[in-house]
Amino acid sequence: MLARSVKAARLATPLRACYAPANSFSLRRNVTTDAASSHADKDAVPAEDDKKFTVNLSPESFESYKIEGPSTEVEVSKNDLKKMYLDMVTIRRMEMAADKLYKEKKIRGFCHLSTGQEAVAAGMEHALTPEDHVITAYRCHGFALMRGATVKSIIGELLGRREGIAYGKGGSMHMFCKGFYGGNGIVGAQVPVGAGIGFAMKYLNKKNTTFALYGDGASNQGQVFEAYNMAKLWDIPVVFACENNKYGMGTAANRSSALTQYYQRGQYIPGLKVNGMDVLAVKQASAWAREYTTSGNGPLVMEFVTYRYGGHSMSDPGTTYRTREEVQRMRSTQDPIQGLKQKILEWGIVSEEDLKSLDKQAKQLVDKEVKEAEEAPFPENTPKILFEDIYVRGSEPDFMKGRTLEETHYYRE
Amino acid sequence: MMRSVVPLRFLRPAFRATVPFSTSSRRNHAQGNLEKRKLNIPIDFAASSYLALNSKAAFSNPELPSTLSTTSKTKRMNLFQAVNDALATILETDEKACIFGEDVAFGGVFRCTMGLSERFGGERVFNTPLTEQGIIGFAVGMATQGHTALPEIQFADYLFPSFDQLHNEASKLRYRSGGAESFNSGHFVVRMPTGAVGHGALYHSQSPEGFFMGTQGLKVVIPRGPIQAKGLLIAAARGPDPVVFMEPKILYRAAVEEVPVGEYELPIGKAEIVQMGDQITLISWGTMMYVCELAAKAAKERLGVSVEVIDLRTIRPWDKQTIKESVDKTGRCIVVHEASRTGGVGESIASEVQERSFLRLEAPVQRVTGWDVHMPLVFENFMVPDVARVFDSIKKTMEY
Repeated sequence: MLARSVKAARLATPLRACYAPANSFSLRRNVTTDAASSHADKDAVPAEDDKKFTVNLSPESFESYKIEGPSTEVEVSKNDLKKMYLDMVTIRRMEMAADKLYKEKKIRGFCHLSTGQEAVAAGMEHALTPEDHVITAYRCHGFALMRGATVKSIIGELLGRREGIAYGKGGSMHMFCKGFYGGNGIVGAQVPVGAGIGFAMKYLNKKNTTFALYGDGASNQGQVFEAYNMAKLWDIPVVFACENNKYGMGTAANRSSALTQYYQRGQYIPGLKVNGMDVLAVKQASAWAREYTTSGNGPLVMEFVTYRYGGHSMSDPGTTYRTREEVQRMRSTQDPIQGLKQKILEWGIVSEEDLKSLDKQAKQLVDKEVKEAEEAPFPENTPKILFEDIYVRGSEPDFMKGRTLEETHYYRE
Repeated sequence: MMRSVVPLRFLRPAFRATVPFSTSSRRNHAQGNLEKRKLNIPIDFAASSYLALNSKAAFSNPELPSTLSTTSKTKRMNLFQAVNDALATILETDEKACIFGEDVAFGGVFRCTMGLSERFGGERVFNTPLTEQGIIGFAVGMATQGHTALPEIQFADYLFPSFDQLHNEASKLRYRSGGAESFNSGHFVVRMPTGAVGHGALYHSQSPEGFFMGTQGLKVVIPRGPIQAKGLLIAAARGPDPVVFMEPKILYRAAVEEVPVGEYELPIGKAEIVQMGDQITLISWGTMMYVCELAAKAAKERLGVSVEVIDLRTIRPWDKQTIKESVDKTGRCIVVHEASRTGGVGESIASEVQERSFLRLEAPVQRVTGWDVHMPLVFENFMVPDVARVFDSIKKTMEY
């Protein structure tokens, strides 16, 4: 198979150790990824929509490092469960709409979908307040929606419309709203930024945390470790949350990471590994992490074990580095939406018809806003729009030269 | 060893190379109606005189070794295939050469390393974690041990985490070790796709070559087509200095030439006059060469102006001699590049030209560049210089 000379092989031997084939141990992920592994006593479910009751998560929902993890008893209400379901369905609908628009060549360039990973964005939002902060990388549409962006502004951004969340000038990985800092195309760059946001919270005596999200691929960037160190050194309220979907682009986690237990990578920072396919486990873990970090304990490293159904991006079929069977198995047996649906019906939270009406509600919302986004105008190609937002208002130069005299843009008119 | 080859066209963040200049049905609102255009018509690479479309044209290049035409044939290749061919040549002839980077073992985002892992083994062509600073530092260490390190940065936009290793380690190693042979970081080429594609936006369409104008000890090379890419890349890998090799990503598929199959080197540090003229000197590199070609053609037809077009090829250290001789002859000079105006390479060229050829100049040196804004998603074609802008600059310079 290898057409190299014997001499070359000898030279290269020291490097060979890096290429140990994948073994079953390193692929093993200890927490469950079962999305329907929690239990509740159907008779104990209250009749009232807003009254809390106890759900017992699977004992395999968490695994902790240097700390005792959260309780597996989650307090939720019927309303909470319905909202979680609606949130996840809406994210998936929106991602499917983006997928369709991309394939119709209406969205161009870069587009990374989070289909399969909805439980992380939805569950996390149910544990946070609007004053908390979230910053993530390029798979950001779901988080932006959860943080309060509209479907229209997200899809509008992907379509490059003026009403997009970044005025159509950013695209897929450039989405910002209150408490949400993007959306970043440089892998790992968001993590130290998250630590800085956390530091500001501490400095201002605000009891708010920051979730700095990154993928298993990004976890090997140097700046991630630099951020860990600063955060621990200064006891910054920040949660370093790794979304481990098993593949960093086309490379399996164990082929890129010497330690695939990402929750232990903080070394001197306590860690928690979470079933990222179960929205209730995500909520419980996130609420616990929020409490821990805002109580003066310093940072925390989390790992959400999750899975993306699609490729890394729209032009990756996602089947060249993993088997179709693997994707199919995750889709059919571990789906976060189906998992919650099963539990909602099992516990008699709402009827199947009610769930269908929630599905319909999500579909109608997404369809309507996608339509509006498609009808929204492109930004005008005027110097005023091209040159906006590059200098703080009041500090601009007098003018920016255009191609002709007429196109020259004067900041101070 | 590594698993079988898979054609990856994807990877971080997703990428699909489409040619913004093509006559796509997707109407680009930023550029207006196609039928009404006179100057900014789609670029037909197959009609470019800057690409060798047959063997005869390929071998007529005086920079190629004269023995090549008698011993070698040509093969039709696009830019990524030529890069692949050059890399294979380097690995074949240099047993200490190694290629590594994000997903390169599978061929990389743009397929430049397709099949190399299978052919040369996973020990010599291997994937790294997503860790740009680590990749370049690792390459510097290898190079000090006499290896030929050929790291790839997946997009030039991702270069910045590794900028410290390039600027402070790779470029300074020889100088700060007093030139001791064992502390050398030559035989070191960082390859990266650069430039606009029409829809890459803030993190996938930048042209960061200007940042290296302040770095001493590094060479920066940007080829305009397959023949150039192959010869320059082989020369870079065999040369004694660390080289940043930027491949215009839009040309990976768009630029096709008859490339000599044998090995050959092209000179680094030397510009190439691709079109002779005597009234104005047009300097550019990479994708912008084809914009300049059309602008020069339009200037000839509409204004009767004879334009000398120069492909700078090596951006640092750039060929001051060739430029000076040309500007002394023409008396006018325009620099065209995609990167933003302020801090762009054009500043350096314009000031050198003014110093060296002041009394010969008939007009101020012009720069046609990207605007001083970030690369916007919807305005990418608007940001990058087009034929109309270059033509306008020629006209203004002539009328000055």
